[in-house]
Amino acid sequence: MTADVTSLPTTGISLRGLTKTFKAPQGPVLAVRGIDIDIAPGETVALLGPNGAGKSTTIDMMLGLLPPDAGTITLFGGTPAQAIAAGKIGAMLQVGSVIQDLSVREMLTMMASLYPNPLGVDEVIELTKIHDLEGRKTTKLSGGQTQRLRFAIGLISNADLFVLDEPTVALDVEARRDFWTTMRKFASRGKTIVFATHYLEEADAFADRIILMAHGRIVADGPSTEIKATVGLRTIRATLPNADTSALAGLPGVTNVDTRGESVILNCSDSDLALRALLPAYPAARDIEVSGAGLEEAFLALTGDNEEVTA
Amino acid sequence: MNGVATYTRFELKRTFRNRRSFIFSLIFPVIMYFLIAAPNRHNKAFGESNGQLFPISAPQYYMVGLLSFGVMVAGLSTGARIAAERQVGWVRQLRLTPLSPRAYFRAKVATGYLMICIATALLYVSGTILGVRLPATEWVHMTYLVLIAAIPFAALGIGLGHLLTVDSMGPALGGGASLFAFLGGTWFPLTGHGAFIEFCQLLPSYWLVQAGHVGLGVHGDPWGAKGWIVVAAWSAAMIGLARLLYQRDTKRV
Repeated sequence: MTADVTSLPTTGISLRGLTKTFKAPQGPVLAVRGIDIDIAPGETVALLGPNGAGKSTTIDMMLGLLPPDAGTITLFGGTPAQAIAAGKIGAMLQVGSVIQDLSVREMLTMMASLYPNPLGVDEVIELTKIHDLEGRKTTKLSGGQTQRLRFAIGLISNADLFVLDEPTVALDVEARRDFWTTMRKFASRGKTIVFATHYLEEADAFADRIILMAHGRIVADGPSTEIKATVGLRTIRATLPNADTSALAGLPGVTNVDTRGESVILNCSDSDLALRALLPAYPAARDIEVSGAGLEEAFLALTGDNEEVTA
Repeated sequence: MNGVATYTRFELKRTFRNRRSFIFSLIFPVIMYFLIAAPNRHNKAFGESNGQLFPISAPQYYMVGLLSFGVMVAGLSTGARIAAERQVGWVRQLRLTPLSPRAYFRAKVATGYLMICIATALLYVSGTILGVRLPATEWVHMTYLVLIAAIPFAALGIGLGHLLTVDSMGPALGGGASLFAFLGGTWFPLTGHGAFIEFCQLLPSYWLVQAGHVGLGVHGDPWGAKGWIVVAAWSAAMIGLARLLYQRDTKRV
């Protein structure tokens, strides 16, 4: 675990004006609508967004797997193809990547041989805790085990930039924790890490910085704590018969009000403020619940409800 | 770079471990050979080359006939493996490694040719068992013609692998090899004159079968100018096609 800091690159990743449209039967789909991203070497960045936000499309373009309709991509001062040829990119994509007729150890040995400066096979087996699998055929693994092998394949590259697309999707809670523990060790070597996720907690716990995407655009970009505050909208639900909704909407910290029978639902930008104002003004309110809004709701609040996805 | 060597080594290892592909492309032609050639072991009037009849024995005729079939299936089977790798996203993953397209291509050609060489060796052994006897120089001459005539099929296999899905690969491979074999004279001698023969002589499989007519004593070269031109043209066309399909499939940005 020694980080050779002197050999780390000085320029990072730069995406400029990227757009990508896919053809679909119901018309063209604007998957990515002009995004600019700059990532410095050594940063750990989460691309956070709901399904269909354009995260995977952005990653595919960043890796040169998909040509953008417009815009430029620079990785460590070169094109994606150059960065890949120099062995500077490690990746764990959403699909596939495991071939048959090899054992786990053989697969890792083969992948390691392709990179100029790989990690040792034993080291990666240790890091990803797959000792019990090393002699097994790659086709005889469960979904979670395959995911761990794919993680190991990405790690063994020991590349300057490690890109992961929804890496923890097939993992259970414990495996997910192990995964991020390993990632933290890897990041501490000064690697640049970019990962896509739709879990706010994961982005918040692991990334230095969160880039929030929705409908193919970047809707927020900043330190994790800041983004979490923006996205971390809450709702207050209370039983309050015959409530005056317009008066409730006027309470500080409340953005809008909804009723369900005798219940009222207050969507809040600041639930603490709203709750302090609600209780003295409406002492009859009972069964009060405060809950975090889902990421989807947060995005809708941030982006406005009416963004059309097709052109 | 030692990576290329290691990669190629594991490619070969994987090919050997893929038992189904191994059995169907290597063992099947041998079984067919014994079924067809063994009952006709003493039939000595099987040869015709450029319109002239030669006393070639059935075991030798079918050795090369089934050899040509085995070579075609072995060459095309590379495509089935590539299609399977594409399906699981392996080709995509490989594109993110520093392995160059050229090295990838070379490894595929190497495994394809290894299968072809094994198919050839197995048929030679089977032929010898049924009494085929040739001078050493003629074995060598025949082998080198077979390996040259195999080029279009090895290339076509790689091209199809990057064009077709796993589902369509089976019919394409079986149908393609059978058609080439039928029109090339694998199953029965193509004799006489006319448009049909003229057409068959434009196929690489015809000349693959003709390679087995080495040792008949008349021509030093069983192909002649026509054979060489046809094989060269097919080789160039199939290599070009394979490159095109590969590049289209794995476009780099």
